[in-house]
Amino acid sequence: MSIDGRDLKFPKYVWEAPVRIWHWVMALAMVVLCVTGYFIGSPLPSVPGEAIDSYLMGYIRFTHFAAAYVFTVMLLMRAYWAVVGNKHAREMFLVPLYMLQPSWWRSFFRVLGHYLFIRRENDWHYGHNQLAMAAMFGMYLLGSVFMIVTGFAMYGEGTGMGSWQYNLFSSWVIPLFGQSQDVHTYHHLGMWYLVWFTIVHLYFVIREDITSGLTVVSSMISGWRDIKN
Amino acid sequence: MTETFYDVLRRQGISRRSFLKFCSLTTASLGLSPTVAPQIAHALENKPRTPVIWIEGLECTCCSESFIRSAHPLAKDAVLSLLSLDYHMTLSAAAGEQLRANAHDTIEKYKGKYILAVEGNPPLNEDGMYCIYYGKPFVETLKKYAKDAMAVVAWGSCASWGCVQAAKPNPTNAVPIDKVITDKPIIKVPGCPPIAEVMTAIVTYVLTFGRIPELDRQGRPKMFYSQRIHDKCYRRPHFDAGQFVEKWDDEAARAGYCLYKMGCKGPTTYNACSTTRWNEGVSFPIQSGHGCIGCSEDGFWDKGSFYDRLTNIPAFGVEANADKVGAVAAGVVGAAVVAHAAVTAIKKASEKSGSTKAEGK
Repeated sequence: MSIDGRDLKFPKYVWEAPVRIWHWVMALAMVVLCVTGYFIGSPLPSVPGEAIDSYLMGYIRFTHFAAAYVFTVMLLMRAYWAVVGNKHAREMFLVPLYMLQPSWWRSFFRVLGHYLFIRRENDWHYGHNQLAMAAMFGMYLLGSVFMIVTGFAMYGEGTGMGSWQYNLFSSWVIPLFGQSQDVHTYHHLGMWYLVWFTIVHLYFVIREDITSGLTVVSSMISGWRDIKN
Repeated sequence: MTETFYDVLRRQGISRRSFLKFCSLTTASLGLSPTVAPQIAHALENKPRTPVIWIEGLECTCCSESFIRSAHPLAKDAVLSLLSLDYHMTLSAAAGEQLRANAHDTIEKYKGKYILAVEGNPPLNEDGMYCIYYGKPFVETLKKYAKDAMAVVAWGSCASWGCVQAAKPNPTNAVPIDKVITDKPIIKVPGCPPIAEVMTAIVTYVLTFGRIPELDRQGRPKMFYSQRIHDKCYRRPHFDAGQFVEKWDDEAARAGYCLYKMGCKGPTTYNACSTTRWNEGVSFPIQSGHGCIGCSEDGFWDKGSFYDRLTNIPAFGVEANADKVGAVAAGVVGAAVVAHAAVTAIKKASEKSGSTKAEGK
């Protein structure tokens, strides 16, 4: 295999169905979580009338919690698929191991050079390039795990001592941060971390789709990566 | 033998009926089953009163002030007779050397059986010289008195977490007492001050059962600190409905809507205020129209304004909350993306014109 990937064979089936389903459900859940989460932190204008006639915060919080469960279950499913799925399903999880290889770093700096407009050619890969892999791991995966852990820690405060959410998460996360307010603060910051990731992710998939000569956006729908005409 | 709690009450002319009422109320406030009430009565009738040595370090005496206002039926007499409060600088009738001799007698006589109650905390900088107790640094007294104690009670946020004197930059290096006393069970009863009934109930529990109550991971008794103010707040229905006070003088403030947007710390504060309330159950901060400031939480002075729900994050020398930091950074990332896209487009365009020129040659 040449280092610039020009000898790779296309079309190639890269993203298996569970990965694609996970990707889009996850994307939807993230939008719902960000919007509802923001309105939990900074609620909408006060609702007039009797308290018994409305349940706005209740519904917003319910939606947030429901989406959070979907998000968590999908990530667990995805982790399972990393074990049984193809090589590309593992990429996101194994980045720290790849980083032990010098060849990974050579490719990494080639990609970085391209994005810094130092190198004109854009290397081809079946799955993610090295920079994308690092972002998927460092921003998306670690960010998501952080949000799940802190999120369930706060949810466990509501379900109370003795609930599995409390025992598994709140009981150690809250003392770790010092107090509940800090957990809330870092959960907010975690949302922004994922928003930054989303902006960068959207930009680069569209940029790659236009400039790399390979299909990118459509690959996450069909699963196939091919050379564009 | 030291007289029992019951003997003291009888001597003071309190009827057995009032005494039993006190036992049932205490049982209820501890969240125990009704069948425990006779057990409490039995213990108070038979066990010698537990000697308590109450020392004060860097503090404001608000814990003592709260303590003497306990509103159980027999408060004023019972609270002070319930314990054998052998040493308390503010409350004891004796003073000076006499009082000090009292403390030393108790430590001698009840080795391993007395309770050390600590109000306030020790400053450690300059060898503890910022708090002097009988001519010596307070930290030395604290260590000495704690050595033979059965258990240590950390009254208030000072002893539990550090409170205002440990707030940044903490010039005296005041530390919570568990940083100094590491070999004794410590019951943390945070709050600034803690609720009077919570204080007396915890003492009653220790006296009755001869052991410390069940504590959570941060050392607080679960019976009073396992739920947030928000979980039992009487304004909670307004929160769920989405009805908020937006300004201190608006219609919603008068109607008693939820104070969440005014920075109420109820959702992140573990204490019993919304159930036990204060001053014989008269009221608590939220009921009187002001949000909770989270006084029983670790480091509540250093978490930004009392009127913000997010901790300030010092970023680039300015303090901002998480949402502001996040939004600004999102803007920067967005701008970087646009700039990168622009450079990409220009590069592509120049490459294209370059290649057409080359073809035209």
